[in-house]
Amino acid sequence: MTPAAAALGKDLVGLEHLSAEQIRLILDTAEPFKEVSERPIKKVPALRGKTIVNLFFEASTRTRISFEFAEKRLSADTVNVAASGSSVQKGETLVDTAKNLEAMRIDMVVMRHGSSGAAQFLGDRIRSNVINAGDGKHEHPTQGLLDMLTIRDHHGTLEGVKVCLVGDILHSRVARSNLWGLTKLGAQVAVCGPRPLLPRGIEDLGVTVFSRIEAAIEWADVLNVLRLQLERMEAGFIPSLREYFRVFGVTLERLERAPRPLTIMHPGPMNRGVEIESQVADGPHSVILDQVTNGVAVRMAVLYLLAGGRPELADAAKSGAGE
Amino acid sequence: MSRPILLKGGRVIDPSRNADAVADVLIEDGKVTAVGSGIGGPDGVIERDVTGLVVAPGLVDVHVHLREPGNEDEETVATGARAAVAGGFTAVCAMPNTDPVTDNQAAVGFIVRQSVRAGLARVYPIGAVSVGQRGEKLAEMGEMVGAGAVAVSDDGRPVVSGHLMRTALEYSRTFDIPVADHCEEPTLAAGGAMHEGLVSARLGLKGIPAAAEEIMVARDIILAELSGGHVHLCHVSTRGSVDLIRRGKARGIRVTAEVTPHHLSLDHSACEGYDTNAKMNPPLREPADVDALREALREGVIDCIASDHAPHAYDEKEAAFDQAPFGIIGLETAFGIAHATLVAGGVLSLPELIARMSTIPAKIFHLPGGTLRPGAPADVSVLDVTKAWTVDPPQFHSKSRNTPYTGRTLTGRAVLTIAGGRVVHEGPLAPAR
Repeated sequence: MTPAAAALGKDLVGLEHLSAEQIRLILDTAEPFKEVSERPIKKVPALRGKTIVNLFFEASTRTRISFEFAEKRLSADTVNVAASGSSVQKGETLVDTAKNLEAMRIDMVVMRHGSSGAAQFLGDRIRSNVINAGDGKHEHPTQGLLDMLTIRDHHGTLEGVKVCLVGDILHSRVARSNLWGLTKLGAQVAVCGPRPLLPRGIEDLGVTVFSRIEAAIEWADVLNVLRLQLERMEAGFIPSLREYFRVFGVTLERLERAPRPLTIMHPGPMNRGVEIESQVADGPHSVILDQVTNGVAVRMAVLYLLAGGRPELADAAKSGAGE
Repeated sequence: MSRPILLKGGRVIDPSRNADAVADVLIEDGKVTAVGSGIGGPDGVIERDVTGLVVAPGLVDVHVHLREPGNEDEETVATGARAAVAGGFTAVCAMPNTDPVTDNQAAVGFIVRQSVRAGLARVYPIGAVSVGQRGEKLAEMGEMVGAGAVAVSDDGRPVVSGHLMRTALEYSRTFDIPVADHCEEPTLAAGGAMHEGLVSARLGLKGIPAAAEEIMVARDIILAELSGGHVHLCHVSTRGSVDLIRRGKARGIRVTAEVTPHHLSLDHSACEGYDTNAKMNPPLREPADVDALREALREGVIDCIASDHAPHAYDEKEAAFDQAPFGIIGLETAFGIAHATLVAGGVLSLPELIARMSTIPAKIFHLPGGTLRPGAPADVSVLDVTKAWTVDPPQFHSKSRNTPYTGRTLTGRAVLTIAGGRVVHEGPLAPAR
């Protein structure tokens, strides 16, 4: 195993158990890969001959396509498996699916699954590298990493930057990955949302809790506005989407009262007029599409590092010399 | 008729008589006939030198799941009774959440027959509170008691309806049996996979708050007072429940309670890494809860230890945490875990532990046993409390292997188990004949 692979371990399950150095390594490795996507011919040979399965048990557009572009731009051979129309729908267990993939001698699995812990479960049972593309309410590490890269792009650093996650923290894997990654790299993290959607005891994880969006806006440099899943209202966590927007919506009017301009982020897909006002999403301080662009670079970095690529050669890799 | 047995030179601990002394125990015709020093055996006696070992009344477990009928791939009455005697238990009470549910006299009679056929530990059926455990209509308690049921319970699920619980408690007074309740307020617990706390917040698993249990514990104690019935609270897991039970007992309400070895020895951090063998209901709670449970057991606020032995097929637990079933097996580790945690841990003396695993549970469920008084049925556990052993699931007699204690080194193990005067188990540490 090369030093880089050893540096990250076999799998990327989450950011909670990575060190600050490991996270910094991924972000720094993503930098040279940003440029690949800006070329007319967006392809480097770094992962030529590697086979990667994108195993999505839950619907996903952005994340799946982002991973697929990252894989293809690194010249890997990829297969997409969606839960619907696959053996999963016929009742195959996760462990059987895993063993069958292993038997086909694949190199990596990118998995999204509805159960927290599913990525670790898979990683513990197969030799291939496993990258968590979202497991239940646990983590979505590449989203956390691309959020961090975007903040670093716009603020020059993560150290001391005040980031507030807004909305449904309880059910959000994006929130957990943000929380771990940002605190490890020295950012200050807060959460703001209706109390029923905040995990009990979250203060003990070292975050500030705001019950009112106005207070969060006054405090923060960055708002990472999470998607409010419509089923939360049906489950009785909040009375209505209308009221949610009235009480917690990130609106231009509220942002104009902030002492300084805030960077506005959203992992998508957005509910315009629920958690975020359209003028804010489309406004000058929104970096939502930068997040999407950075997503491809971060995922290229993760794939490259887990495949054993050496970080100092990432620059060379993009020109083909890394082979 | 089996041959007489003379257990010579053991430390005889009989909490029913406050006895703890080196003595011989003579067993004839299925009964204890003499306890004392220098007892001579009659002709044909089997003499066993049990010097250095503990001779106790057979252990009693008032809460096990034996999966028959319905899930015989996981356990049967016979394999469960085999696991029981291997763990030192001579009597177990089988919960009725079988398939079909044990909710009528024929079903109760079936369990009794399977128990007799196995001829190992005595398996006492617990009948369902409600038909089909659906929580709607009272099951035929009187007929079930007539067929051998020793209690009623809808365990596995709570008795949600306050009216049904009240009615069951009132009606149970005719038969003088406990109504055992699994305390869980279903709307608070819905979809939960582990204790609601910092660990569940980190792992992204839906939590079951302590309040879900405590609300039902409070309700059941209030209804026990209203009805005059005997409520037995299954697998108590929180410090809040302990406070409620303490207050209920102080008011003279007929409430008894059990706690499992796992809730006494593990906390919610065992779920780290999504170990599905740490998934049970009620869930493993916080260290402060564990401390409160130990103290409550010491004080007698919690009356006894019960295993909540819950076998599951290995591939059912080989799943993502939220998809895996609740429960672990416990019959073959209960005494070892309890001894290591409580006696070695300085919470209870050995006689106090044996009281809470034999004499007291027998008494609160009105079972024969829990005593070595001459004339009593010869249900005896010979226990080694000095030699260390390592939990190795492939060696279990249970059909299932779902335990979080694999590899744990314990002291405290049954080496010889006698039920009804017959040797029904000899363990690897058993003394030579």
